[in-house]
Amino acid sequence: MATAAQRRIKSVSYAKYGYIFILPFFIVYFIFALWPLLQTFVLAFCENGTREPAFIGLDNFKTILATPPENDFKAMGIHETFWRYFKNTLIIWVGNFIPQIALSLLLAVWFTDLRVKMPGKGFFKVVMYMPNIITAASVAGLFLALFGDSSYSVINTLRGCAMTKEEIAAAGLTAAPEPWKVITSVWGSRVLVMFIQVWMWFGNTMIMLMSGIQGINESLFEAAEIDGANSTQTFWRITFPLLKTIMVYTLLTSMIGGLQMFDIPFMLHTGNIINENIATIAVFVYQMFHSNFAKPSFGYSGAASVILFVITSILGALVFYVQRDKDAIAKKKQRKAAIKAAKAKAKGGGFSI
Amino acid sequence: MSKKVTYADDKGGYQTHVIIKSALIYVVLILLTLICLVPIWILVVNATRLHNDIIGNVSLIPGTHLFDNIRTLKENSLYNVFFSPLVGMKNSLIIAGCCCALTVFFSGMTAYGLVVYDFKLAGPAFVFILAVMMVPTQVTAVGFMKLLINMNLLDSYIPLIIPSIAAPAIVFFMRQYMLSSFPLDIIEAARIDGSNEFRTFLTISIPMMKPAFAVQAIFAFIQKWNDYYNQSIVLVSGKKAQLTMPMMVQKVIAIDRNADYGANYAAIFLSIIPVVVIYIVLSRFIIGGVAAGGVKE
Repeated sequence: MATAAQRRIKSVSYAKYGYIFILPFFIVYFIFALWPLLQTFVLAFCENGTREPAFIGLDNFKTILATPPENDFKAMGIHETFWRYFKNTLIIWVGNFIPQIALSLLLAVWFTDLRVKMPGKGFFKVVMYMPNIITAASVAGLFLALFGDSSYSVINTLRGCAMTKEEIAAAGLTAAPEPWKVITSVWGSRVLVMFIQVWMWFGNTMIMLMSGIQGINESLFEAAEIDGANSTQTFWRITFPLLKTIMVYTLLTSMIGGLQMFDIPFMLHTGNIINENIATIAVFVYQMFHSNFAKPSFGYSGAASVILFVITSILGALVFYVQRDKDAIAKKKQRKAAIKAAKAKAKGGGFSI
Repeated sequence: MSKKVTYADDKGGYQTHVIIKSALIYVVLILLTLICLVPIWILVVNATRLHNDIIGNVSLIPGTHLFDNIRTLKENSLYNVFFSPLVGMKNSLIIAGCCCALTVFFSGMTAYGLVVYDFKLAGPAFVFILAVMMVPTQVTAVGFMKLLINMNLLDSYIPLIIPSIAAPAIVFFMRQYMLSSFPLDIIEAARIDGSNEFRTFLTISIPMMKPAFAVQAIFAFIQKWNDYYNQSIVLVSGKKAQLTMPMMVQKVIAIDRNADYGANYAAIFLSIIPVVVIYIVLSRFIIGGVAAGGVKE
């Protein structure tokens, strides 16, 4: 029972403070995020090559999605670039996600295994997460120095491409080996980007999955051990089924993240020309509105953004669907059914109090 | 009857099994540790060696020429037109520092408003924040650029700093933290003692939410320090006095002729030093923070 004093305090309304506290967030969000988002949708239907574009309808989407007429070279270029970058995005995402999730899951299971005594666990976690915090521009620079096309990159130096004439003679060769051109080769650069993405993100995914595994009731693992289950059985019969939700969550957030992959694909090249074999959709969007910022192609950029937004929304909706609280929904249904039954009883029976 | 298996035998087998497995795991872990660290180590080593040594051979032993390489960055006209370690550090520090402070303070405030007060729009406001968490930066970028042109904000730090007031993901995290470990009774107590709402937030709630604030502050700082994308959208004219560390590094790695490898490595080295130091000092909080972010709901 509430005392008189408590009742009096409750009667004072503090609601206005709620609005005041959340106001700055919403003002700033509306100006710098929601308004630009709406602008993006408007710009998707506007012309290209000007800072003040006029409305042109669905042309940008037509150019990007449908094959433009043979003689329209400019539209053809845009169309092909978009699809090439889209394909790159998918290839790099798949090649990054599968090894990453497999490795992270394996490590997460090992790190949480009660049976394996593991001193130095903290150290390994710290080391494996470290690549994630390093500036992507610096990571790109570092891997360019390690795997670059020039004879002086680390791998090519190791292979002896940078040998002097005397050294070549001493080794009994006629010429230094040709340097490997990883960055300009199609699959070399793609595999390198996949590797960098895994390198940067597996620590993060591992820690997320670990906290998921730690959320599983420990007594289940103990019971399994007492019943004589080995590690493989424990993994497939207990850990994996109970981890499914968080796995799907990781999968979908990673897909959304994959669609936004920008820094490494954008920067992994020497000179000023973007590497077309690894450029992603995010690079397409950026290039269209930014590479010539005096005359930006807002229309193409906006249309690609809208396509990106639609894909992301579908994936996001899936996350919510997977993450939904099944127990709460079941309870709600039960309660509704109970109310219905009670009503029916009240109507039909007429015995209500 | 088969041979009687005693408890001791079984235990022995079990123990050997565990030891073999642990050894195997260790081999893999050490291999992964090497994969994580060797690139970074080569970076550190080569940042301290001169160009001619680097192109001659690969070494894992640091040299002594870090300052010579930094001098090359300052004096060689190929680099000093856009690279200056001090200017870059200062600019990145201003942006990351301001963003970090604003983001943590206002996210805490928004979460506080949502959790503590019972008002009609609290539910819809939270649903809105949840929904926009998923919107990719790339999708708003086009409109953002248009906004910058219309408001004449290109080449200014305002559009890099002010938007960090609204960080949906951090509000979400703070709200979860408050729901799980913030006693609301204390606010009632403060009211009875005559404290007004803002004072309660500033002097009672913020100190109590310090752990959440600290973790989010570290993340926000690192994220903003590393944020090449937004910085390159806003700072279009590329004036040296305005460039941040990641932007300068991007320009360094795009040099394709006559690059001085020692200077290149030194530039990359300088750009990662601040975040790596922060990480090594605060790694325990950071790992804990990632883990806490993993358990949604």
